[in-house]
Amino acid sequence: MSELIFEKSKHGCTGCSLTHLDVPQAEIDIPTRAGIGLPTLSEPEVVRHFTNLSRKNFALDIGFYPLGSCTMKYNPKVNEDMAALPGFAQLHPYQPDSSAQGALELLWELDRALCEITGMDRFTLQPAAGAHGELTGLFLIARYFQEKGQKRDIVLVPDSAHGTNPASAALAGCQVVVVRSDSRGGVDLEDLKAKLSDRVMALMLTNPNTLGLFDENILTIAELVHAVGGLLYYDGANLEGTCGYARPGDMGFDVVHVNLHKTFSTPHGGGGPGSGPVGVKEMLEPFLPVPVVTKKADGAFALDWERPQTIGMMRSFLGNFLVAVKAYTYILSLGGTGLRQMTADAVLNANYLLSLVKGTYELPYDRICKHEFVLSTHKFGQWGLKVTDVAKRLLDKGFHAPTIAFPLIVDGALMVEPTETESKGTLESFAKALLEIEEEARTHPELLKEAPRHTPVRRIDDVAANRSPVLRWK
Amino acid sequence: MNPTDRIYTKDHEWSKIEGNTARVGLTAYAQEHLGDIVFVDLPPVGKEVKQGELLLVVESVKAASDVYSPLSGKVVEVNEALASNPEKINQDAFGEGWVVVLEIADPGEAANLLSAADYDTLLASQH
Repeated sequence: MSELIFEKSKHGCTGCSLTHLDVPQAEIDIPTRAGIGLPTLSEPEVVRHFTNLSRKNFALDIGFYPLGSCTMKYNPKVNEDMAALPGFAQLHPYQPDSSAQGALELLWELDRALCEITGMDRFTLQPAAGAHGELTGLFLIARYFQEKGQKRDIVLVPDSAHGTNPASAALAGCQVVVVRSDSRGGVDLEDLKAKLSDRVMALMLTNPNTLGLFDENILTIAELVHAVGGLLYYDGANLEGTCGYARPGDMGFDVVHVNLHKTFSTPHGGGGPGSGPVGVKEMLEPFLPVPVVTKKADGAFALDWERPQTIGMMRSFLGNFLVAVKAYTYILSLGGTGLRQMTADAVLNANYLLSLVKGTYELPYDRICKHEFVLSTHKFGQWGLKVTDVAKRLLDKGFHAPTIAFPLIVDGALMVEPTETESKGTLESFAKALLEIEEEARTHPELLKEAPRHTPVRRIDDVAANRSPVLRWK
Repeated sequence: MNPTDRIYTKDHEWSKIEGNTARVGLTAYAQEHLGDIVFVDLPPVGKEVKQGELLLVVESVKAASDVYSPLSGKVVEVNEALASNPEKINQDAFGEGWVVVLEIADPGEAANLLSAADYDTLLASQH
């Protein structure tokens, strides 16, 4: 491990020299840098420290990153160029609407674009990420039933759901009830019927689901949920699988969240930051967080705070605005046909990669997938190996590991999402690595157990880290 | 083969009846599938639970999982050792890894649980 910047700190070093004082020196009572524990180093030392750390990192700009359900597609640099335009980058959140018309227009237009893509009526761009969007959506639904004078407290989630779904429902004060998956990996309709009642607020569904499979019963599911008066919530984590071909709004969903940092190519992870806009059908519009961007009769844009039924603010100001700029850039760059092509290529890439490894790796739900697929590493157990060992060995071969051990309904799950931005060659190299690893597992299992060997840090002791976490430097 | 001196739930908890109390734990199958257990959220002594309701939560490196009470009753003893050594569940699920002792409220409920043979059959049907 390299030294922390605090350990490199040398007393008396500084990154800059202040010019000679031309006013009398005065003593004021504030903590000095040393007093508050900040490190002191020269500028080159700081630059080298962080550059060296960045070289130990793995990123999309370095290699293939097939992290399932995360849509780790390449982030086009033109997005960054647009977000860096001074008119966007140097906005102040408190400047008058009249001097930020372009920014407000962009938010308005992005709202319109997302409505068209998802089939919804109105979006809020405030939520800062997917799970935040889920919480926002559940607050909107709760408020809707409150206004209708109905007491509903149950949120249904399939057993294949992202863990954030039950977590968001619990945080919103709801009771979570799990619905089983059927043998094809979709929602078990009989189990759903058994769990529907007039206490059900919503069913949260990801479609395509976390197995990368489209639930063809979606119209029946929507009918069943609506028949008991409940609403249907769409987790947009997998919008990549149907974008441009099918719209959640047309499937019967009442509330959706989309992840700009997944489907719409904005940076992801490590503080991205994310953005999880929430779209609603008309009946939920009065409850959206304030402020809402409006377009006046004369074409000018304004922020509307006068919405008496609003759930309030979900985040300061208008959300992660520059992320919205990047996503809007992406949507305009691709256009409608480009977004369809994006989805088609993502699905083609996933199915091609799957065809190269299927047979060597088990595919518990054997169907044509959408943008991702889930393999089982169950058989590695006979060689004393677990899915973690497969994932760590992939690091040695220069790839980021897929999502592992999720969804929980697949034993030793390896969830692979290649995205549309990878070439045929990259997919083939990754497939080759997976096949080699299976061969190594049979002949030299220690290669997997001891992996990774070629990364800056070898295997992390995650058990010790969880049992006795060290949460501060000293 | 699971020990025959106790009864099982389909959610992979075991109970060993000892007079009017039952010692409760997770099965070897449960611990293997949870992976390394890192935290056990033990219930307070005196807590009353109903059969099939949430008894406690265990956290592994993979997931946090609910453990349901195999029988109705009152928690009269908890395995304090798990607070500092949760790995005992991984090492000895049927022995030192027990989680609580319940004072049984309704001995008749034991009939709702599975025998070791039935539990073996259940596991054989899963993969």
